[in-house]
Amino acid sequence: MAMIETRGLTKSFKARGKTVEAVRGVDLDVQAGQIFGFLGPNGAGKTTTMRMLATLLAPSGGQAKVVGFDLLRQASQVRRHIGYVSQKGGTHDLSTGDENLLLQGKLYGMTNTAVRKRANELIDVLDLAPFASRLVRTYSGGQRRRLDMAMGMIHRPALLFLDEPTTGLDPQSRVRMWEELRRLRAAGTTIFLTTHYLDEADALCERLAIIDNGQIVSEDTPAALKHQIAGDIISLGLDTHNGNVVRAGGVLRTQAFVRELHAHEGSMQLYVERGEEVLPVVLRLLDSAGLTVSTVTLARPTLDDVFLRLTGRSLRETAQSA
Amino acid sequence: MAKMLRDIWLLFLSNLRTTWRSPIWIIIGLFQPICYLLLFAPLLKNLAGSPGFPRTGAYNVFTPGLLIIIALYSASFVGFNLIDWLRSGMLERLRVTPVSRLALLSGLVIRDVLLLLVQCALLIGLALIMGFRPDVVGLLILVPLLVIVAVLMASCSYALALATKDEGALASTINLFVLPLSLLSGIMLPLTLAPEVLRNIAKFNPFTYAVDAARALVAGNTTDVSVARAFVIFALLAVLGVIWATRSLRQAMM
Repeated sequence: MAMIETRGLTKSFKARGKTVEAVRGVDLDVQAGQIFGFLGPNGAGKTTTMRMLATLLAPSGGQAKVVGFDLLRQASQVRRHIGYVSQKGGTHDLSTGDENLLLQGKLYGMTNTAVRKRANELIDVLDLAPFASRLVRTYSGGQRRRLDMAMGMIHRPALLFLDEPTTGLDPQSRVRMWEELRRLRAAGTTIFLTTHYLDEADALCERLAIIDNGQIVSEDTPAALKHQIAGDIISLGLDTHNGNVVRAGGVLRTQAFVRELHAHEGSMQLYVERGEEVLPVVLRLLDSAGLTVSTVTLARPTLDDVFLRLTGRSLRETAQSA
Repeated sequence: MAKMLRDIWLLFLSNLRTTWRSPIWIIIGLFQPICYLLLFAPLLKNLAGSPGFPRTGAYNVFTPGLLIIIALYSASFVGFNLIDWLRSGMLERLRVTPVSRLALLSGLVIRDVLLLLVQCALLIGLALIMGFRPDVVGLLILVPLLVIVAVLMASCSYALALATKDEGALASTINLFVLPLSLLSGIMLPLTLAPEVLRNIAKFNPFTYAVDAARALVAGNTTDVSVARAFVIFALLAVLGVIWATRSLRQAMM
C-alpha cells in the first residue's frame, strides 16, 4: 500500500498582500517500509509539504492520502498513525524526558502500563537512560534530538515524518541517528524525511525526491539520479608542449565511451559513463599514442552535480548563502 | 468523550506541574491585588456612609471589585505561555497527536482557573482579616462568576497570543483593553460617583455588570437582577471566547 499518495498538492501563503506559492503541485508516491527523502535547499517547500502531510497545514489545493486516509476528510485518523518530529522538536523544557514521553504516549491513547514499558524500551535503545529523569532544559543538542525521536516513535507509528533529523548534530550523533533510522526501517516503519545534506540523502534514502521552488524536479533512487544526470568526470593533466593536448583530444574524441570532451591549456575533462572502467582504457590509449599523462582524477558524480544539472544552481552554494 | 476527558486531565496535570516548577507567576499575580488591599483600601475607610458606600464599610465595596479585577488581569496574561509553546515547537508537536483542540485549550484554561481561585482565596482571607464581612451564600455564588470571567479572559488571551505570535505585541494589545475595562467598571470606586458621561460609557462594559453583581452578592442580595444579568452576559462571552481560541488553534503556526 502506498503510505503517502499526493496529486497536485499545493500551498500558497499571503504575506503583506503578496501571494507566496510555497508548494506548487507536488505528486508523491511513497511505498511502505521505505526511507524516502526530500532533498532541496532551504525555502524549497520541504517543510511546508511535510507539515501538510502531517495535518498541520491545510493544503491550498490538490489531494493527498496518508496511511490510506484522506488528508482533508480523515485527518484525525491520519494523526493516529503518524509520528512527526519537527526541526525544533517541541519537547517540554520544564518537564523531564520521562514525563514528556509518558504524556505523549498517553495522548495517543496508550494505557499507563503500555506507555511505561514502551518508554523504557525507547530510553534504552536511544541511550537516554542516564538523564531520562532530568529536566529537558539540561539536555545537550544530541540528547534532545534523541528524545525528539523517541517522542515521535512512542506509539509505534506506521509512518514517521522527520524534518531535518540531523541538522545541528555533531558527527557522532548523526551517525547514531542514521543507525537508529535504519533499524526503524528494518522493523517496518516507513520514514519520510527532509534534508539539505547530500551525504544524508545518499546514505539513508532508498528513494529521493529533489524539490526546488515548490516543485519536484526529479525522483528516483540516489544511484539512478546520479547515473542518469551527471556521468563520471575524468580529468587529465597533460604537459603542454608538442601539441599534446590537441593530439590527446584527437585520440579520445572518437572513442564511443566519451560523451563530452573539454580541453584547456594543460588539462582535459572527459564526461563518461562508468568512469572506473573507462579510465584504464583511456590511459592505455594515450600511452600507446606516446602521450604522457602527468595527473589523473576520477570524479564521481555527487548529488550536488545532480542538483546543479536539474536546477542550474549548486545545493552547496545555496546552503551556504542561506 | 472519555478520551477527551483523559486528555484534558493529563494536560491539566502537566500544566499544573509546570507552574509548580516556576511559581514566580503566581507571586506576581498576587502582588497587585495585595498592594491595592493593603495600600489603597485603608484610604477608603472614612468614606463609609457616603453615597455609594454601604454602611458595612469600604472592604465590602472594594473587595468584590478587586476579585473581579484579579480575574480580569491574571487571566489576561496567560497567553504568554502559549507564545512560548509556539516558539519551541511544542504546540505543533501536540497538534499532530490525536488530542482535540478543545482538550488542548481546556487543559490550559482549567489550570489558569485553578490558580485564579487560589489567588482569590488568599485575597479573601486577607480581606477578612482587614474587615471584609461578606454574605457567605453570596460569596459562594460569586465563585462561579469569577470562573466564567477567567475562562473568557484566558481564552481571549490565548487567541490573541496565536494571532500576534509575539510577546511585545500581545502585551500591548492586552494592556490596551484591560486598563479601560477595569477603570470603567466601577471597581475602584462606585460609579455613582462618576459623571454621567462615564456612567453611560460604562454601560457598554461587561465588567461593569460583573462588578455590580459581585457587590450585590457580597452584600447578600443574591436575587438582585444584576447577578443574573452578569452570569448571562459572561456565559455568552465565555462561549464566544472559547470558540475563538479553539479556532485559532487550528492554524497556529510560527
